[in-house]
Amino acid sequence: MKAFITRRKSLLVAASAVLALSLSACGGGGSSTTPPVASASFDAGTTMEKLNKAQKITIGTKFDQPLFGQKGLDGKPVGFDVEMGKAIAAKLGIPADKIEWVETVSQNRESFIEQGRVDLVIATYTINDARKEKVAFAGPYYEAGQALLVNKDDNSITKPEDVKGKKVCSVTGSTPAKTIAEKYGAEVVPAATYTACLEPLRNKQVVAVTTDNVILAGYVDKEPDAFKLASDQTFTKEPYGIGLKKDDTVFRGWINDQLEGFAKDGTYKKAWEATAGKVIKTTPELPAINRY
Amino acid sequence: MDAVIASLPQYWDGFLRTLYLSVISGIIALIVGTILAAMRVSPVAALRGFSTFYVEVARNTPLTIIFFFAAIVLPRLGVKFEQFEVAAIIALSSYTAAFIAEAVRSGVNSVPVGQAEAARSIGMTFIQVLGFIVLPQAVRTVIPPLINILIALVKNSSVAGAFFVLELFGYGRQLSNDYGDQVLWILLGVAFFYLLITVPLGLLAHFVERKVAIAR
Repeated sequence: MKAFITRRKSLLVAASAVLALSLSACGGGGSSTTPPVASASFDAGTTMEKLNKAQKITIGTKFDQPLFGQKGLDGKPVGFDVEMGKAIAAKLGIPADKIEWVETVSQNRESFIEQGRVDLVIATYTINDARKEKVAFAGPYYEAGQALLVNKDDNSITKPEDVKGKKVCSVTGSTPAKTIAEKYGAEVVPAATYTACLEPLRNKQVVAVTTDNVILAGYVDKEPDAFKLASDQTFTKEPYGIGLKKDDTVFRGWINDQLEGFAKDGTYKKAWEATAGKVIKTTPELPAINRY
Repeated sequence: MDAVIASLPQYWDGFLRTLYLSVISGIIALIVGTILAAMRVSPVAALRGFSTFYVEVARNTPLTIIFFFAAIVLPRLGVKFEQFEVAAIIALSSYTAAFIAEAVRSGVNSVPVGQAEAARSIGMTFIQVLGFIVLPQAVRTVIPPLINILIALVKNSSVAGAFFVLELFGYGRQLSNDYGDQVLWILLGVAFFYLLITVPLGLLAHFVERKVAIAR
């Protein structure tokens, strides 16, 4: 435990040094978002030490979520979640090309962690109590939330109050559909999927599409000339966490330390600007870490 | 089961919308279908050609694709409507009309050709022959297949649930989202409300068939 504390201290020193460096180098603007690999040493028996020794980490992410985790033409996923994964791997002393990326979808994230098929899951993974019974969450590292997607030339809608009494498309029976109807008085046009909402929006049969800003930002990324987010602000909060084995408290605490470090040394901002920041221009603050 | 009872208001709303879609589309389809059948047996080649083309295209295209055209392609071409129900009615009636046309045509063909010839010989026009002599006889033989088509129409209206119309099936999906643990009951409830429309239709078919059956 003593070694652990001193390591944390030395990390703090390192972090402030990096901060000072980045401040002095302000305006330089590096193109690479991947942080340098740290030469780290860890306490014996910890997951960090095991991964560092193996020089290999398996991270589950989405392969189909633009801006967060999307598989590119070279077979490697790109996005904000992926950048977070690379940054954590770098702190473990593992270079980005040693990371094995595994596709996790919403239905298999818990089981992949429980079976040990992945070391971490960073996949637009909302923290909730039901999931906490099966896995542990480091973070949150980002707070997503409900937002509105509108036509690019429509400046009349900037906040949810603006859609009162107007037609808004969302998935039948989904939570965002209920929120926009019950809290903001919109007339919900029910669709089977969110992509099905895009055509009515294009045809101006509805004024907006509503769901998580992350999903909507993906549509803007694909068609920046057709759509935009009504606002960078969200009107609900969905904390995204990094999923790992339920009983691995040491690893969880360590990742939380790293996340706070990323916020301080600018890694977080850089990762955001290179990925999701292309659509959601306002760089978010790292939410308060929940150490439970 | 309690989920179904708790959701009765939604079921009722969905039921009324399904009924509304079916009745309006059914009436339009019957009218358009009969006109198409008349064109199909008319002496004008262009009308026959058009009708044949329409029927073959409409009944051989999956309904979902017709819905897609009505709900999404038409608005892009400038045909705007306030409610998505309009798109559903356009899609359902244009699809069903093709089947009705075929049923009515087969009924017309079942009327002995001598009937039409006799009518022509006393100077009736084509419209008169069809309206007074052939169709009244044809209708009796086509009532059972027509009701079959209408039953199919009621069930086909569930496709509208995927195209922004909150009818029975749309509510079924919404409710299964709300009561994830009772999906089976929710869907059985949906099926029950469909049966509430289709079973009486089937009984009606049986009754009418016995009533108007004629010995040939």
